[in-house]
Amino acid sequence: MFAMIIPAFIVGGAICVIGQLLMDLTKPAFTPAHVLVSFVTGGAILGALGLYEPLVKLGGAGATIPLSGFGYNLAKGAMDAVGKRGILGAFSGGVEASAVGIAAAVFFGYLMSVTFNPKG
Amino acid sequence: MAKQRLRQPTVSVTPEQYKSLAQQYTPKPTIIKNVVRAFVVGGLICAIGQVITNLFAAVGLARVEASAAATAMMIFLGALLTGLGVYDEIGKFGGAGSIVPVTGFANSIVAPAMEFKREGYILGVGSKLFTIAGPVLVYGIATSIVIGIVYSFLH
Repeated sequence: MFAMIIPAFIVGGAICVIGQLLMDLTKPAFTPAHVLVSFVTGGAILGALGLYEPLVKLGGAGATIPLSGFGYNLAKGAMDAVGKRGILGAFSGGVEASAVGIAAAVFFGYLMSVTFNPKG
Repeated sequence: MAKQRLRQPTVSVTPEQYKSLAQQYTPKPTIIKNVVRAFVVGGLICAIGQVITNLFAAVGLARVEASAAATAMMIFLGALLTGLGVYDEIGKFGGAGSIVPVTGFANSIVAPAMEFKREGYILGVGSKLFTIAGPVLVYGIATSIVIGIVYSFLH
């Protein structure tokens, strides 16, 4: 139950620190939107190069919960599917592998937006 | 308080020198403070994600499945806390620590959609859901396709 919590905390915290430094050191060029896009893209590229996998093994949710983990999942899915379906897999694999996250984001995002109103 | 006298200045710097000194010293502490906060908040969110992953694994899900289920659950929590107005408070404190995890992705979906509800359910909620999620999906999916194509040529 409590396995991997400390590694997840450290790896996840360290990944967030990179995002914070990106924002603080390039102020005001990097908005939260830029951070999210760079982390997804960066995670996908690191995943393709085989550099993100060790981080997932080391940090568990600390590496998969940040958006870079979403990017890693996209890249991994695309590469795995190429092995099975060839070039078609390049198009299907990424979205297939991250379908749960994408669908959950759309569904829960819509549900909460309709249910709640902004404060103030 | 009327008889209080001004004390002698204890540091002898001109206002110009003071300005440059102040400039030299102010940015650093905020960056360090922001980094520490981002580390703690981001770390805590990921630690919660790990607990949820472990719970799903304990119920019998495989490692990959448990991780996907935990991601969905974190997205649910991020969206819910944004709706309740709690996530904004976490964001004010945690900075990137609250943006980089998927809960921050969920926040970036719910916050603009909620805000633009008065513009209707199609062009308000429906389209503003993707204000930030749109670019994230465009660049994420496009990158994965390019990676897949390159990979297929290398193998």
